[in-house]
Amino acid sequence: MKTNKRAVTADMLVHLRKNQPRFEGIESGHRACLGCGEALAARLVTEAAGPEVMIANATGCLEIFTTPWPESAWRLPWMHSLFENTGAIAAGMEAALKAQGKPTKVLAFGGDGATFDIGFQALSGMLERGHNVLYVCFDNEAYMNTGIQRSSSTPHAAMTTTSPPGSERMGKRHLKKNILTIVAAHQIPYAATTSVAYASDLRKKVRRAMEIEGPTFLQIHSPCPLGWGHDSAHSIKVARLAVQTGLFPVIELERSELIGSMPIRHPRPVTDYLKLQQRFRHLFNKDDARAVEELAHIQALADHNIKHYCLDGEGMDALDSDGADTVRRGGMRWA
Amino acid sequence: MLKALEGSQAIAQTVALCRPQVVAAYPITPQTHIVENIAKLVADGKMDCELVSVESEFSAASLVLGAASAGSRTYTASASQGILLMSEVLYNIAGLRVPMVLTCANRAISAPLSIWNDQQDSMAVRDAGWIQLYCADNQEAVDTTIQAYRIAEATELPVMVCMDGFTLTHTLEPIDIPEQDMVDSYLPPFNFKRALDPANPTSVGTLVSPDFYSEARHSHHHALLDAADEIIAADNDWKQLSGRSAGGLLSVDGPDDARIGILTLGSVFGTLSEARDEYTELPPTKLIKLRSYRPFPVDALRHACAGLTELIVLERAISPGYGGIVSAEVQMALSGKPDMPRIHSFAVGLGGRDIPLDIYRKLHAAIKVPEPRAFSIIDVEPEKLPVEDHGIESANTDSNQQRSIS
Repeated sequence: MKTNKRAVTADMLVHLRKNQPRFEGIESGHRACLGCGEALAARLVTEAAGPEVMIANATGCLEIFTTPWPESAWRLPWMHSLFENTGAIAAGMEAALKAQGKPTKVLAFGGDGATFDIGFQALSGMLERGHNVLYVCFDNEAYMNTGIQRSSSTPHAAMTTTSPPGSERMGKRHLKKNILTIVAAHQIPYAATTSVAYASDLRKKVRRAMEIEGPTFLQIHSPCPLGWGHDSAHSIKVARLAVQTGLFPVIELERSELIGSMPIRHPRPVTDYLKLQQRFRHLFNKDDARAVEELAHIQALADHNIKHYCLDGEGMDALDSDGADTVRRGGMRWA
Repeated sequence: MLKALEGSQAIAQTVALCRPQVVAAYPITPQTHIVENIAKLVADGKMDCELVSVESEFSAASLVLGAASAGSRTYTASASQGILLMSEVLYNIAGLRVPMVLTCANRAISAPLSIWNDQQDSMAVRDAGWIQLYCADNQEAVDTTIQAYRIAEATELPVMVCMDGFTLTHTLEPIDIPEQDMVDSYLPPFNFKRALDPANPTSVGTLVSPDFYSEARHSHHHALLDAADEIIAADNDWKQLSGRSAGGLLSVDGPDDARIGILTLGSVFGTLSEARDEYTELPPTKLIKLRSYRPFPVDALRHACAGLTELIVLERAISPGYGGIVSAEVQMALSGKPDMPRIHSFAVGLGGRDIPLDIYRKLHAAIKVPEPRAFSIIDVEPEKLPVEDHGIESANTDSNQQRSIS
C-alpha cells in the first residue's frame, strides 16, 4: 500500500488555522453597530480566556447589545448588575468560587465610564484586596451608550455632546485620565494596555493575565465609529493610528513598574489620527488660532508619551516591525 | 441554654451557625459589633467563610450579590446611611431574585446626623422588593435570622432582618443560641439552581424592553405575596424544633375583649407591654406586633383587628409631607371592613428619643378625641421648636388636649 506523505504547505497551515475549533465566548448576531471596536475586543478577550470563566459586566453598550431579553450573545456564565459595582460583583464571584474550591477565573468587563469614573471605587477596592480577577476596560473614550457624553477617559479637545466646541470651548478642556498608572499604583501583579488593532498583542496579554493569581487589569483601546465619527470600515485603521502616533501607548506594568512597550518605528503625526474623526474636526479650522494651538498641544502629548514610555522604535532592534507583532521587554532599561 | 449576650454578639454567633460562605460588610454604627464579632469568629477559626471587608456599603451589597449569584450563601449587615448607599443594589438583588440575608441595625437618617435608633432606613427601602421582618427582642432576632435563610432560599427573595440599633444591638439579654445540629437540620446547604456555572452558561441581568418589564414586576410582586406562606411555615417548623415562635407574620398580645389596639414594629413592643402591666387603670389593650412588613399581611391584620374600635399605629419613621408610613398601609388594609376601627397615627422615638413607659398613657389620652387627629410626632417638645415653624402653636394645642384629658 502506498503511503502518501504530503508535504506541509503554507496553504495547509492557513487552512488548518482557519478551521481549527476556536472557542467563542460571544456569538455573532448581537446588536452592536457596524465597526464596533468593543464587540471585537470582547470577542478576542473571551477567545483567549477560554470557557472556564465567569463574567461580571457593567452597564454599557456591551451589556445592552449582547443581551436584549430573551436573547443573549454569551456562551459564558455572564452577569450584569449595575453600572458602578462591577469590581465588587466580580470580587464576590471570586470569593464564592474560592469558598467553593472551584478553579473558574472571574473576568470583569466595563467601559471607560464604568471604570475610570462611576465604578472606580469598586475597582480600587477589588484591586486593593487582591481578588483573583482580570478586569478588562473597553476604552472608547466617552459614554457611548447614553449618546456620547464626555468621561474622564475622553481625550483632550475631543468633541462630545457634553464637551461641544464653541466660541468659548475647544471640546474637552481636561486631559484623558491615566487610568493604567492609577490602577498599577495598587501594586497589582499585572496591568497593561492594548488595542483592538493588535489582536495578537491583545490575546497574548489576556493569556498572560489569566495565568496570574491575583488582580490584573487590561485597558483595550476600542474605537466607536458613532462616537468618534469615523467610517465604520476604518475602526482598525483608526485604532492603529492611535498607537502609531503615540497617543495611546501600548505598555505593560508589573507591580507598577514599566516592563514592556510596543515600539513605534515611525511615529505618525497626530493629525493623521485626528483628521479621520469627526470628534476632532473643530481642530482643523486653519483660521482658528485656538485650533492650531490645540493641535500642537496634542502633538506634544503624543511626543511626551513616546519619550516617557520609551516607545520610539527607530533603530532599536532588528525585529521591530512597527509594533504589529513585537512587544519589547525590559522597559525602563532603555530610558 | 440561656446566655447573657449582647444583641450583636448573638447575631454574629447565629450567622456563623447558618454557615454563610461569603460575608461582606462595611462598618457603620450601630451595626459594627455584628461584623466585629464575625471577624473575631473567623480569626479564631470558629467560622469558615470568606470575610471581605469592603470599601463601602455599596460594594458590600454588590459583593454578596456577586457571591450569591455564583452559588454561595451570603450575609451582610448595615444601617442608616449604609442602607441608603446600598439602596440601588438592594433593588437590583431583589429584582434578580437572589436569596440572601441582611441585618439592618435600624438607625435614623441624616440630616441632622443621628447615630441613634428609629426605622427610617429600612422604611426608605421598603419598596426594594425585599422581605422585611422586624424583631421585637434579641431572641426574636436570633430565631428570625435562622428562619430568614430558609425563607430566602425557599422563595428566592432576599430577606432584611430589622433590629433596632442600640436598643437591641447593644443590649445584653439572656439569649438562647441554638445548637449547630439543630440549625443544620433546619437549614439544608444552599443549592441555588440559577447559580452561574461555566458548564451551563446563562446570562443574568439582561436588558428588557417594555414587552417584558411589567411581567417581571408582576412576578416579583406575587413572589413576595406568596412568601407569606413560607414565613409562617418557617416559623412553625422552627417552633417545633426549638420551642419558640418568632411571631409569624404578626402576633397579637392582650385580652380578647380589648377594644383598643396598638400596632408596633420592633422593640417598642417590649416597652408597651411593660407599660400595660404598669398602667392597669387604663382600658384593656391589644398589642399587635407586626413582624412581616413586606409582604404586608393584609388578611392577618384584618383578623387581628377584629373587635377593635381604636387602633393606634406607632410609627418609628415618617414620610414628611404625609405622615405615618405604616398607618397609610394599615388604613388601606382595613378599609371596607364594616367594623373598621378608628386609626390614630403617631410617630415616637425618632433619632433615638427615649420612649418611656409613660408613652402608653399618652397614647391612651391622645385617642380620646371626637375625630382621630392628623398624624403627629407625639413626643415632640414644643419649647424646642423655632417660632417660625409654628411649632409652639400646634404643639400647645396638643399638650392642651392631653392636659384636659389626663
